[in-house]
Amino acid sequence: MREIEFTVNGRKRKVLVRPKDLLLNVIRDELGLKGTKYGCGTGECGACTVLLDGRPVLSCLTLAVAADGRNITTIEGIGTDENLHPIQQAFIDAGAIQCGYCTPGMIISAKALLDRNPNPTEEEIRRAIKGNLCRCTGYVKIIAAIQLAAKRMRGETT
Amino acid sequence: MREFKIVGKSVKKIDAGLLAQGKPLFTDDVKFEDMLHARILWSPHAHARIRNIDTSEAEALPGVHAVLCYKNVPRVPHTSAGQGWPEPSPYDMVMFDNKVRYVGDRVAAVAAETEEIAEKALRLIKVDYEILPAIFDPEKAMEEGAPVIHDEPDCRQVLPLFYDPKHNHCAHIEVKTGDPDRGLQEADIVVEHTVKNHYAQHCALEPHSCISYLDPMGRLVVRSSTQVPYYARRIIAQCLQLPERMVRVIKPRIGGGFGSKQEIVVEDVCAMLTLRTRRPVRLVFTRPEVFVSTRTRHPMVMRVKTGAKKDGTVTAIKMRVISNTGAYGPHCMTVLGSTCAKTLPLYRCPNIEFIGDTVYTNLLNAGAYRGYGVLQGTFAMGIMMDEMAHAIGMDPIEFWKKNTIRVGETSPIFSALSEIGKGAEQKVDSCALPECIDRGAEAFRWREKRERYRNQPDGPIRRGVGMVCTVHGGTVALLDASSVTAKMNEDGSFNLLISASDVGGGCDTVLSQIFAEALDIPLDDVVVYPTDTDVTPYDKGAYASGTTYLSGLAVIKTAEEIKKQIFKVASEMLNEPPENLKLENKGVVSVKSGNRLEFSQIARRSLYSKNQTQIAATASEYSRLHPQTFTAQFAEVEVDMETGQVKVISYVCAVDCGTAINPTLAEGQVEGSIINGISYALTEKFVFENGRVLNPNFRDYKIFSAPDIPEIKTILVPSYDPTGPFGAKPIGEPAMDGVLPTISNAIYNAIGIRFTESPFTPEKVLRAIKLRKSNRAQP
Repeated sequence: MREIEFTVNGRKRKVLVRPKDLLLNVIRDELGLKGTKYGCGTGECGACTVLLDGRPVLSCLTLAVAADGRNITTIEGIGTDENLHPIQQAFIDAGAIQCGYCTPGMIISAKALLDRNPNPTEEEIRRAIKGNLCRCTGYVKIIAAIQLAAKRMRGETT
Repeated sequence: MREFKIVGKSVKKIDAGLLAQGKPLFTDDVKFEDMLHARILWSPHAHARIRNIDTSEAEALPGVHAVLCYKNVPRVPHTSAGQGWPEPSPYDMVMFDNKVRYVGDRVAAVAAETEEIAEKALRLIKVDYEILPAIFDPEKAMEEGAPVIHDEPDCRQVLPLFYDPKHNHCAHIEVKTGDPDRGLQEADIVVEHTVKNHYAQHCALEPHSCISYLDPMGRLVVRSSTQVPYYARRIIAQCLQLPERMVRVIKPRIGGGFGSKQEIVVEDVCAMLTLRTRRPVRLVFTRPEVFVSTRTRHPMVMRVKTGAKKDGTVTAIKMRVISNTGAYGPHCMTVLGSTCAKTLPLYRCPNIEFIGDTVYTNLLNAGAYRGYGVLQGTFAMGIMMDEMAHAIGMDPIEFWKKNTIRVGETSPIFSALSEIGKGAEQKVDSCALPECIDRGAEAFRWREKRERYRNQPDGPIRRGVGMVCTVHGGTVALLDASSVTAKMNEDGSFNLLISASDVGGGCDTVLSQIFAEALDIPLDDVVVYPTDTDVTPYDKGAYASGTTYLSGLAVIKTAEEIKKQIFKVASEMLNEPPENLKLENKGVVSVKSGNRLEFSQIARRSLYSKNQTQIAATASEYSRLHPQTFTAQFAEVEVDMETGQVKVISYVCAVDCGTAINPTLAEGQVEGSIINGISYALTEKFVFENGRVLNPNFRDYKIFSAPDIPEIKTILVPSYDPTGPFGAKPIGEPAMDGVLPTISNAIYNAIGIRFTESPFTPEKVLRAIKLRKSNRAQP
């Protein structure tokens, strides 16, 4: 066991981990943040996506020790009950959420995109969420939601 | 058409905000003190008898608390199919057997302190297998001398239905209306095809999950990702030999189901481990386990022969179907029945013959999957209709219009067959299919594209268009039931207790809208609580596209009861007869005196002041018929003649689902269905080697992601079904039914080759193109 320290959603956290522990399991079981989901365990569905120093990573393929000293953002750190992030609000408004299981990973990937590219084309949006599978929506309203969020974040619409 | 306040509006899904924040709403998002973790040992053989199983080393491993196998669990033949009771599926499975029937069948289970220990324990279990010959070809499964998959003496059908396990033959259906042979004789053209669909998995993003524990009273509580909480309770009680009162099933949010969670595949084992250990147990499948050891779509071989006159009248339909249910038979008869009963009423042809058989093989276990036999039947008939139109030189649009059922008409199929036996007479109460065809064709620019692609130059890329119409009857008529409880609170709000099981489609929102509309209250005043079998009343659960329709009817009936009680109290308070009263904006108004009472005044009076009573009601509805949902679907494809790659460029689906209670959610059902359908048609495919699945993962079993999707347009064509809640009809499955034939027809239009076996992969398409070339080259 080894103690590592990282910043999770703005808060310093220390956890004891084994070298083989996956970041996904540490986030869910040790930190109790259940918004990050298991969907495949092999990095193919994107339900476990979190931001590591602002970049999207698949927490089911990332060793927890690799996050030592780094900055993690999970879905719980994206907005608050009183103040949802514009991407979360756009997902709600556009009808982009059905079962909601893929939603946290989808929103994290969208945030990573919009943080570096506030005005993406539809192609860029599709590519940014390529690694996030959704079986309910057919992606149509998810793409629309990210477009809506981008517009709102640019102040072009409310 | 009626004007509504809340129905017909795209209000936001009531759980969307919580889901967007990743709140811990799903089965596996809670952790219990002392929780054990369960893992299952799966069969590596397609067909084998277990001579002996030695679990002693596994049991001795520190941290292991229970090991289950056939030696120490009760042998209770049952079906995993979440259906009404008695089930029309054979009782052909037990929790653990001394025989395995497919690669991925259950052998044993372990509960341990950690998943790692449980997995280690599985490796210590020694199984002595006697390997038996296996049968993989459904067309040979019934032959004399084929390996008998279910040779156990206790497998049986509980209903008086056909069942012949000695010949791997688990369902048989025959229907005949009119005179199909004469119909074929009268035809000017006769068309014949063998159409085959393939295995597929639902791929709900949340794996099948269950956590069970004992409450302080010693009752078993099961948190499960189930579509059918009440059926789950009944089947868990059956398998564990407990009375239902000792079992409580709680359904949290579900991460997608599509039919795969209409089966009891995790709950019985998890609950048994809790009974053995007296501790909370968690069983969550891995993705490979979901792929292999839950359920799949029934592959069918459909031999179809149809005839038509030169004027475009279809004169006969003959269908001979072999459905492959794999190793066990959940839904084996009803999926087959739906291929006839819920598919063929679309056609105005009086002469129909349907003969269907379902067989066991040593392959993946099929079950319920969005489309439920109608998808298979529509694949076959969609191709036949296109071929007949082509043969007589008629535009498919005109041909479909001429031969599809209209409002007020009936089909002989309705009374000949329901899903489970003899059907009931019904007519089509609403049908906007002609409008669906017209509006879909216009949005798609059908005529323009047909013309353009007819004259396209030869080149490496060819384009084409195809269309298909579909019908899908929702619910299981005369069997499915739903109940709803509502009670009034001091502030004039209501608790709405439902067991209709939202699997993601949004029925919690839709049923709240229906309730709010019926009582003229704002949506915020409906506090919906789904499902807990200790608290919420009986409902069939989420299947057969029946929730909005059937649970919606129960909601309206409950609201009517509540209204009566409100009027009774209000009439005492106002000293006016109830006939004078009407509901208005969360209050009661007298049409005579103009006096008004707020719901909050009525609630407080009823609870605290005089003749105290809780205004509350429970009402039930059962399905009296199959409401008919129609679609017209159009696809434009691009075929690469050098690689065989088929790409869908655009897709239009026009749907008549009656009143769309929430249009955005209804569109979501259609979009999800279409993309699942296209993905199934083009890329999704199980690869087998001696019955073993070689690709149980998302890398090698490719489902569509965002870059793959075409331009897609959904048109909700309004109609009003007089039997439905505020005119609504089902929407969950119908759009998916038409995708395979629509794409096949578009490929035919593009390159002149008809593909009757799915999926339409580059290898298959290229092989066909090359074969045609070499045939043409030969003199």
